[in-house]
Amino acid sequence: MARKVVITGLGVTTPIGGDVPTMWKNALKGVSGAHTLEDDWVAKYELPVHFAARASTPALEVLSRVEAKRMDPSTQFGVVAAREAWADANITEIDHDRLAVAFATGIGGVWTLLDAWDTLREKGPRRVLPMTVPMLMPNGVAAAVSLDLGARAGAHTPVSACASGTEAVHMGLDLIRSGKADVVVCGGAEAAIHPMPIAAFASMQALSRRNDDPEHASRPYDRDRDGFVMGEGAGALVLEAEEHALARGARIYAELAGTSVTADAYHITAPDPEGLGATRALKAAMFDGRIQAEDVVHVNAHATSTPVGDKPEYTALKAALGSHVDNVAVSATKSQMGHLLGASGAVEAVLTVLAVHERKAPVTINLENQDPEIPLDVVTSERALPAGDIVALSNSFGFGGHNAVIAVRSV
Amino acid sequence: MASNEEILAGLAEIVNEETGLAPEAVEMDKSFTEDLDIDSISMMTIVVNAEEKFGVRIPDEEVKNLKTVGDAVNFISNAQA
Repeated sequence: MARKVVITGLGVTTPIGGDVPTMWKNALKGVSGAHTLEDDWVAKYELPVHFAARASTPALEVLSRVEAKRMDPSTQFGVVAAREAWADANITEIDHDRLAVAFATGIGGVWTLLDAWDTLREKGPRRVLPMTVPMLMPNGVAAAVSLDLGARAGAHTPVSACASGTEAVHMGLDLIRSGKADVVVCGGAEAAIHPMPIAAFASMQALSRRNDDPEHASRPYDRDRDGFVMGEGAGALVLEAEEHALARGARIYAELAGTSVTADAYHITAPDPEGLGATRALKAAMFDGRIQAEDVVHVNAHATSTPVGDKPEYTALKAALGSHVDNVAVSATKSQMGHLLGASGAVEAVLTVLAVHERKAPVTINLENQDPEIPLDVVTSERALPAGDIVALSNSFGFGGHNAVIAVRSV
Repeated sequence: MASNEEILAGLAEIVNEETGLAPEAVEMDKSFTEDLDIDSISMMTIVVNAEEKFGVRIPDEEVKNLKTVGDAVNFISNAQA
């Protein structure tokens, strides 16, 4: 029998709230974190997309100036979320050799990398700061969290594009089940609202161009969806071996019942239209958690609001859940906060844990004309989830054909 | 040409920006590593910022000789002369 793993701490910084209570209140209400960008570089580089969903609380309002100086913006967000999760778990005594970190990013220190390149070209090599390498490396966020909390059982960085955050939670479960750690701080962070990634995502036609109406641009499942909205921020969860949590009388939000990761091996960016990889991931996570389709009451969908992405996820859910898919309350929270790329899975894991714990599903906004080819029961106003033993799933898919699913069970 | 007092004040500002140490803690006889707890990466950042601020060049091989704040002030002062 595998070790049971529970969730005892949550932390976030997102476009709809700089901490868990604020984000959760807004997620149930239904707000948009997307706004027109005021930065000079939007016009300077004639970007085709003029808006994004910025973190509602700048990291510099939480971190000291000196500690922030040594961190890429993505790491700043990660540390903010990890500190909230750690404080929330209220672990007063810990064997630091048994505490691990699994903290993901999709892109990593893109601001640091490109700022250093500008400095090199404009001012020469002498002016490239000595902290450049540790700030731009993708493991920078895991390393910073490990350093901050004294986590010495390894600091890991799964990187699988927009599935990264969910894959970090999957890795956290493995680290505890395999006995390598008793407690894992896992999550994901991203800070890529920079002209280059915006230009690159726009160039592949992945971003919404609804420049005149940013708040209504992210509209998963809507007939008129035209791409995702760039978001930024971080999510973090404290995972704990059940016996470790019980021994200290911890408050337990939910059980992390099962997880899985699969690969499409179909196309570098396009999702498999039949959703076969996603279906296998869903089935594997359910098998891993000994979950029957009928146990599942809620899904936090990947649902990025791209024309091609939303439908295969429905196909996969139908294949994995059968006719029970009609009874599942589906939330597409990227409608509110945009797509946090490598952080999205971690933030959505936090939302999924809260949904199970509070028995409420967060809201999907901007669904005006539901795509008839995606007849899911989409939650558009605050919805109570049933009493009794319940399970919720959270999906994430990433460029490269990465599929990651987690299953959260009530306790 | 800056006086030694001006160089010290400018250096203290750079150290404060990099480490958060109060400028008045940056005194001539203080050791960068022992007293001010400045690691090698911060030291290089301070050196590069000082080069720009004072218009001097501090060669890499010279940095290890700058043990105290006074060493740095004197080096910069001589380099400006």
